[in-house]
Amino acid sequence: MSTNLQFDQIRLPRECEILRQDVRTFLADEIANGTFDPHRPGHGDSHDRAFSKRIGAKGWIGMTWPKKYGGHERSFLERYVVTEEFRVANAPVRLHFVADRQSGPILLKYAPEHIKANILPRICRGELCFVIGMSEPGSGSDLFAARTKATKVDKGWRINGSKIWTSNAHVADYMLGLFRTSSPTKENRRHGLTQFLVDMKTPGITVNPIYQMTGQHDFNEVVFEDALVPDDHVMGEIDGAWKQATSELAYERSGPERFLETFYVMLELIRALGPEPDIRSAEGLGRLVAQLHALRRMSVSVAGMLQAGKEPVVEGSIVKDLGTIWEQKLPHRVRELTAFLAPEIGNRATLEEQLAFATTVAPKLTIQGGTTEILRGIIARGLGLR
Amino acid sequence: MTSESDHIVAGVAARIFADFADPQTINRDKGGAWKVPFWRALSDAGLPLAWVPEQLGGSGATLADGLAVLSVAGRFAVAMPLAETMMAGWLLARAGLKAPDGTMTIAPARPLDRIILGRDGILTGRVCGVPFASDAQHIAVLAEGESGTAVALVATKDCRIDQGKTPAGDASDVVTFDHVKPLRHALALAGFDQTALMLMGSVIRSVQSAGTLEAILSLSVAYANERVAFERPIGKFQAVQQNLARLAGEVAAALAVSGSAADTLAQHDAFDDATFLEAASAKIRCSEAATESAGIAHQVFGAIGFTQEHVLHRFTLRLLAWRDDFGNESYWAAELGKYVARLGADEFWPLVASR
Repeated sequence: MSTNLQFDQIRLPRECEILRQDVRTFLADEIANGTFDPHRPGHGDSHDRAFSKRIGAKGWIGMTWPKKYGGHERSFLERYVVTEEFRVANAPVRLHFVADRQSGPILLKYAPEHIKANILPRICRGELCFVIGMSEPGSGSDLFAARTKATKVDKGWRINGSKIWTSNAHVADYMLGLFRTSSPTKENRRHGLTQFLVDMKTPGITVNPIYQMTGQHDFNEVVFEDALVPDDHVMGEIDGAWKQATSELAYERSGPERFLETFYVMLELIRALGPEPDIRSAEGLGRLVAQLHALRRMSVSVAGMLQAGKEPVVEGSIVKDLGTIWEQKLPHRVRELTAFLAPEIGNRATLEEQLAFATTVAPKLTIQGGTTEILRGIIARGLGLR
Repeated sequence: MTSESDHIVAGVAARIFADFADPQTINRDKGGAWKVPFWRALSDAGLPLAWVPEQLGGSGATLADGLAVLSVAGRFAVAMPLAETMMAGWLLARAGLKAPDGTMTIAPARPLDRIILGRDGILTGRVCGVPFASDAQHIAVLAEGESGTAVALVATKDCRIDQGKTPAGDASDVVTFDHVKPLRHALALAGFDQTALMLMGSVIRSVQSAGTLEAILSLSVAYANERVAFERPIGKFQAVQQNLARLAGEVAAALAVSGSAADTLAQHDAFDDATFLEAASAKIRCSEAATESAGIAHQVFGAIGFTQEHVLHRFTLRLLAWRDDFGNESYWAAELGKYVARLGADEFWPLVASR
């Protein structure tokens, strides 16, 4: 517990810049071929299986994982470059992104050998979509209130209950889910949850869509009725998931996706303002640039410190706290800064379409993957206040 | 990247500050008796002229070493022109001029102020907000002359000083050069101009500010853990925790962005587009952090933090005052915005990603 915050000055090494050019060329070709439109986020298929396979073929999924599981043993900074370039281009990566960022690393750590050998190479080839099963109708931020039960039966576990807000569940091949295997104890309310790998084709699983206020279908409710999961699909310690849940979070919280989600409206703002903006717009734009640069330098720093084996838990949480609030406010700020533009500016239609989409997406950014309030609790704990 | 020598020089500075400039002691010392021994200790360690090459009378430390010293100085937020003297020595060296002993400051200290060097070698101009001008023995001046940008060394007593004060009570003066003959002057290195001086000043203020913000966070968390209200330390209340977490976020951003700008200067000592993006962003973000953080810290401390007796104001008011030196956040934001607009949307992300 300390108030000493650390941000090592990490600059991306030369091999990252070669890789970046490679990624940009690939994305330019995909855009030219009509795979996606970088100016229209929220349009088109966000789960593009064929596209994910082409990304896998380039070696850009599971980049940091061991070669024997189909990975490429590259650095986290190289993965960082790929992630940020895909995000800035608004490329559809939902199909493999969760597996690449979160699920794969958990399997690497806790899955038995034959499961690693079976599943990880398929993730790397861009063939598998994962869903995270944590929230339930009665438990969201309070993960340890989960009630969906896994009951021990002969050769496996029988699951009953439901998970909610499960992004990707309607297209996912596997879930990594948190299920109750014992009651919490008086001493430890976090005790009694176990992490399982669940094949989404298992009989007894129903996926019901929940449409978001953007009009998109991403959320689902996943209902388990006597779904049978084999013994070797237990990930880690029975009843001890609480010990496993926190270690990977710094990666999940500090990546470029935590501040670039609405970045496209900033590019469109620059197009709308033209080369000679008035002083008010120039100042507004400059403040946004300074924030973006600061966030990216923090985020790269956390990636570099993780690569070096450090554990910047507080710093990672701060990146997500500041980054998500910034990307949430960004469309509103862009709206203000374009208030005095002439009606005939060339990109008005694109700008307005993007602003409408970004404005409807914005509220979720400070909720998903750890709410602002939860993050600040973690930061306060790190400072020595709890 | 911090090198081994950073740690040594910054370590020396930290010991001097701890021994001679303890905030509690200074705060009780209304007469300023601490200043003389403190400055002597700094001078003995070669810190005021750290950025002056040995052949020009200084100790020839690297930019990285000096910036590490200023980060330490920020943690103590003292009312002495150490940063200003270091920067003045550095400015004189841009024109190969020897640096005098004693305290110095820099003019202009605002981006829109101008000083002119006439063909007769005489300075004219009126500049605002010169930090510590009335306390400094010499002023290092950047002036526009017919043959280009020049640097001059001026005795403060040769100028007219109209005294002003920052919110922290430090001198921030209007300096009038009414046909002042400098002690010496020379043309600056090719490419060096007032924008470069302002960017250097902005990095210096950002690094100091980040140090001060670290001190404010540490003081605020310690106080929240000690102060009991409603039968609990106030740090146990979620509302207070959320505020302190926000404060930590501001401190983190300031540390990261000022560290990045300092690293950029230390690595390539040039005032190009990369340095402009880094230095302007650092000044903007650190100034914004100052505004937010001073507010949060005072809220945590309540009434006691609003007293002269408490040290908090030494940190918060100086932090707020530094926003205005060498271009405030509005100025740099407009400059940065104009630059990015000229660059265009397609070149913007490559610029950000290049850092």
